[in-house]
Amino acid sequence: MSETVVRPEPARAQEPTPSYTGVDTTSKAWWKAGIRWESALVVLLLLTLVVGSTGSENFFTGTTFFFAGLNIGEIAIMALPLLMIVLIGEIDLSVAAMLALSGAVMGVLWQAGTPFGVAVAAALLTGLVGGALNGYLVAYLGLPSIAVTIGSLTLFRGIAQIILPNPTTTPFPSEVATLGVLPIPGTQVPYSLAVFTVLAVATAAFVHATPSGRSLYAIGLQPEAAEFAGIRVTRVRFGLFVLSGLLCSLAGVLFALKNSSASYSAGFGLELTVVAVVLFGGVSIFGGRGTVLGVVLSVAIVAVLQQALTQQQVQAEVQNIVTGFLLLISVLVPNTPAVWRRLRDRVRTPPTRT
Amino acid sequence: MTTSTSAPRSAASSRTPLKQRVGGVLRARETGIAVLIVVVFVAATAKNEAFASANSVQQLLLGASLIALLAVGQTMVIVTRNVDLSVGSVVGITAYVVGMSFRDNPDMPVFLGFLIGIGLGAVFGAITGMVVTVFRVPSLVVTLAGLYLIRGLDGLLVDGVIINPQSIPREFQRIGYETVLGIPVLFLLVLAVVVIAAYVMRSFRSARDLYAIGSNPAAAELAGIPSEKRVFTAFLVSGALAGLTGALFVALYAQVDVTAGRGYEFLVVAAVVVGGVAIFGGSGTVVGAALAALLLNTIDQALVASRVSGFWTDAIAGALLLGAIAFDRSLSLRIARRLRSQEGAHRDV
Repeated sequence: MSETVVRPEPARAQEPTPSYTGVDTTSKAWWKAGIRWESALVVLLLLTLVVGSTGSENFFTGTTFFFAGLNIGEIAIMALPLLMIVLIGEIDLSVAAMLALSGAVMGVLWQAGTPFGVAVAAALLTGLVGGALNGYLVAYLGLPSIAVTIGSLTLFRGIAQIILPNPTTTPFPSEVATLGVLPIPGTQVPYSLAVFTVLAVATAAFVHATPSGRSLYAIGLQPEAAEFAGIRVTRVRFGLFVLSGLLCSLAGVLFALKNSSASYSAGFGLELTVVAVVLFGGVSIFGGRGTVLGVVLSVAIVAVLQQALTQQQVQAEVQNIVTGFLLLISVLVPNTPAVWRRLRDRVRTPPTRT
Repeated sequence: MTTSTSAPRSAASSRTPLKQRVGGVLRARETGIAVLIVVVFVAATAKNEAFASANSVQQLLLGASLIALLAVGQTMVIVTRNVDLSVGSVVGITAYVVGMSFRDNPDMPVFLGFLIGIGLGAVFGAITGMVVTVFRVPSLVVTLAGLYLIRGLDGLLVDGVIINPQSIPREFQRIGYETVLGIPVLFLLVLAVVVIAAYVMRSFRSARDLYAIGSNPAAAELAGIPSEKRVFTAFLVSGALAGLTGALFVALYAQVDVTAGRGYEFLVVAAVVVGGVAIFGGSGTVVGAALAALLLNTIDQALVASRVSGFWTDAIAGALLLGAIAFDRSLSLRIARRLRSQEGAHRDV
């Protein structure tokens, strides 16, 4: 309902603060600033911790923390580049396939007797090349990323299947084999979680505190305007897909170490979990909205929930239902006020035509 | 984006010169895919004669049928600039429910099996459609959530108990293996759905609305198109077709466990995209999508028949998909350039 009555405007400061919907640049009332998706996530995290601790006495132990971290580590690492890709309004569905492919490359080379370091380097290089392929098709040819990455998800896993038809059996060198299954000495922190923590801090610093990072929001909200504002949109798009490939291959190496074996079926179907984690973190699928904090909280909630449900021996099916339910409320709740207003208006406004 | 949307036949189109119309048919995406199917088929037969045997061709058609059927519903949804990722899970749960109904009531008539499948699928489609239109939330997220929710429900329902062929009545299984004049009945059934859907999508005003919504949602709204109703219907039909696919799954394989239909969502979207449906809506035909499903399955089978390691199929399917998207893009760029230069040449037309 548009207001037709013109009221005299209250006196304002000389320079009115510009407001950009979607980007929080205006200062709000303190309580309004508190109503954010991230606050809801904090409450949810506390709730899951309560649920977890009531179900098992041994919940608040280092072991729980270790296994929760171990299970979520690779997903969490892949979620960070995906967050930035979704921020600019694109999507990468090939993340889990890249995890499998890079693991397979490492496994094949290692089995063939290549030094371990070289095998890992080759795996990371695979990630760079695969990411560059996605990035080229999306950024330079202008193809829709959802279609491209569904294609490359099939392609990457297909190549993994060709080069490594059977899971590797050669044990990885003893110095690194423990990286995947043991915590950092003296702590209960798995290596993959430590890697994630470092990357998350770096991502947060980049996204929220550098001009290039802030430009991701501009690209997500309005690519043409961003282009005119001097942001190299094409280059950023390309760069993010390359980064995604690289970090997913890193996750692939860690995943293979965790399982003590590389396999083409590693992380099958995990792409949807990673997407779910990012979206549940409050990142808008249309781009331009979302924070690193949100995704980190989302990772924590999913990790705690998985661990709690596993400890309470809840079936995997229920975990699926919980994942789906969380994802659904993450889009429904922020939209509810608007829907409520619309429905109310519809009831109040007499129908103009039948 | 591409011009292959086959605009509704107007009075003007009957006057288009024959040459132009022939050119249109030759340039259509459907023709290209059909030619590719023939090429792959001939090449595979040259390598292994058994590929052209009646039995092999029947398997080829059957294998493509389920995905082709899903591709019809998915096309309707994608044309409106939405996507339905929950179809795989819907196939899984409806297949199990249909199988369960037959197991618990061995005397249930065959048509009831279909009715249960379609009805249950339609319920899921309606819920998805409601959530997408009432809450105005992105369908990608809603259907991704649906994929997990329905898969979870399916898992609870199955609970490790597999439906086996003994529980499925013979008459129902016959739909899966019986043939008419050498053509599988199940394939004919799917063909009928494709033909009906193609006709509706081409000639019905409400179906043309779907293209308008996908081309420009705001403009469609301004033009008085009831967008919400249309998008809801698209999801409803997609769900119902996924339910039908679930029932046919039971007839074809006569065995249902928790993995039924898993991963179908990507296969279907791949077929739809290769079939020339623009992922951002507004263009594409169900025939193209269904043909692409057949093409992907033909390639799959051809590789097996040529004794190329089965491991290659995924890589080739992926490369093909990327190629199709890139090809589409170059085509639409060329058309856009030509339209622009035409506009410049004669302004007053």
